[in-house]
Amino acid sequence: MRRELLDVVRVEDIGPYRLLRVRRGRLESGIPGQFFMLAPPGRLLPRPMSLSLATRTEFGFLIDPIGPGTKALTGLVRGERLNVLGPLGNGFRLDVEKPLLVGGGIGVAPFPYLSERLGRPPAVLGFRSKAHAETAALVPNAEIVVEPRLVTEAMPAGHDVLACGPEPMLRAVAALAPAAQLAWEAPMACGYGACYGCAVEIGGELKRLCVEGPVLERAA
Amino acid sequence: MILNASGCLDALTAPEVAQSLDAFVTKTVTPLPREGNQPVRIAETDLGMLNSIGLANPGIDRFLADTLPRLLDLGVSVWVSAGGFAAREYADLCARLDDTPVAAIELNVSCPNVSSPEEEVEEIVAAARAATTKTLYAKLSPSVPDVGAAAVAAARAGADGLTLVNTIRGLALDERTLEPKLGPGVGGLSGPALRPIALAAVFTAYRATGLPIVGVGGVETGAHGLELIASGASAFALGTVLFADPEAPLRVREELEREASVRGFATPLAAYAAAHGGPPPTPLRRVA
Repeated sequence: MRRELLDVVRVEDIGPYRLLRVRRGRLESGIPGQFFMLAPPGRLLPRPMSLSLATRTEFGFLIDPIGPGTKALTGLVRGERLNVLGPLGNGFRLDVEKPLLVGGGIGVAPFPYLSERLGRPPAVLGFRSKAHAETAALVPNAEIVVEPRLVTEAMPAGHDVLACGPEPMLRAVAALAPAAQLAWEAPMACGYGACYGCAVEIGGELKRLCVEGPVLERAA
Repeated sequence: MILNASGCLDALTAPEVAQSLDAFVTKTVTPLPREGNQPVRIAETDLGMLNSIGLANPGIDRFLADTLPRLLDLGVSVWVSAGGFAAREYADLCARLDDTPVAAIELNVSCPNVSSPEEEVEEIVAAARAATTKTLYAKLSPSVPDVGAAAVAAARAGADGLTLVNTIRGLALDERTLEPKLGPGVGGLSGPALRPIALAAVFTAYRATGLPIVGVGGVETGAHGLELIASGASAFALGTVLFADPEAPLRVREELEREASVRGFATPLAAYAAAHGGPPPTPLRRVA
């Protein structure tokens, strides 16, 4: 766990989403599916974001600007800096034989980095509109599904599924592929086990997603 | 002395943060295990954050068997926050903790997410006092008509010190649906919004009792900590700031030294009670 003040390189439009690119400093990129806490200027609490891109010099975070924190993050410009803490939590297990990435909406955020680490496996990505689906350009070998069609209708059988997306999608994916690795989301104040805010029910108990997850081997 | 506010740090998941404090205060331990409240449990507000964790904890049995030994292995001074629903429960917890190496017990008589009538403060502290010789702090709520009276009640019942303040109740609504953001509806407000409230409570409780006080509420910088000391706190704790900045203890400590020095104080504690018109020679217990 390391916290650093990182320089903003630029923010790019990716459909309705935005990709915040920063100089990575001395931060480790971690395992895909792990996350970082990004401190939006002018807000009290940092926001958890999974890493979308990692180059030798830069990190990229794909962000949906829907609230005051995400809007402040995506409103950053070159020359500004932000505090970033991470990598945190447990990422995807990468020792899988026949990976298939299944994602929905902003849940595709960790996939560009995950895809690179897994050797560009096939992916099925679902979006609510064609504009949102522009994001799929970041993920190699992706089949795009736009609502009302769902990713579960396009998922080929016989794969090791790694999934990230809205909760109903994750539950539907888990019903089809019980061994799927699922990346969950919950509001977090700290990301390192201090606040107990991100509790989710795991194995019948309320546990901290930031410590136990965000990637879980079974449906939470 | 810089501590963490109870419930704002888990020393077992972030040992290096706990080790950067002068003492680690546990999340409140209750007699029985508690899962805590249903999500959503936290929400950011304009000048603070709301939480409704609901005293999630493993209960005193598992705490003593499993958690405490691992905390003590970290080499930090451990304060245990104890919470119950009757004076007898607080007494039982204190009796169980009495022969452990914990440095102090902080009685949580003020969690806003569970009920605890103000008039019970004296009864709870007295029962706890009878059950332990450990250093005993009473953590009081600022949401009472007369925090000075509550402080005097705790002092009269035998508290060695006071912790001020806990969160106060707040509500945040979802912008779009206008429904409460937190699962249980209302929660405890912490962060910068608490700062003047904490200063007033510490100021008042110091005047009323002269007891040692751990000031808590919205501290983000060394200057904020120095203000609590000037108001009558002999130590202060970091809460919400730890969520955003796990390195806050080291930073705040450096800032505190500097802020005291630029105001002409040899040490931060030389500013003790300065807001009251000059520091008294020693903290006196002004309770009959």
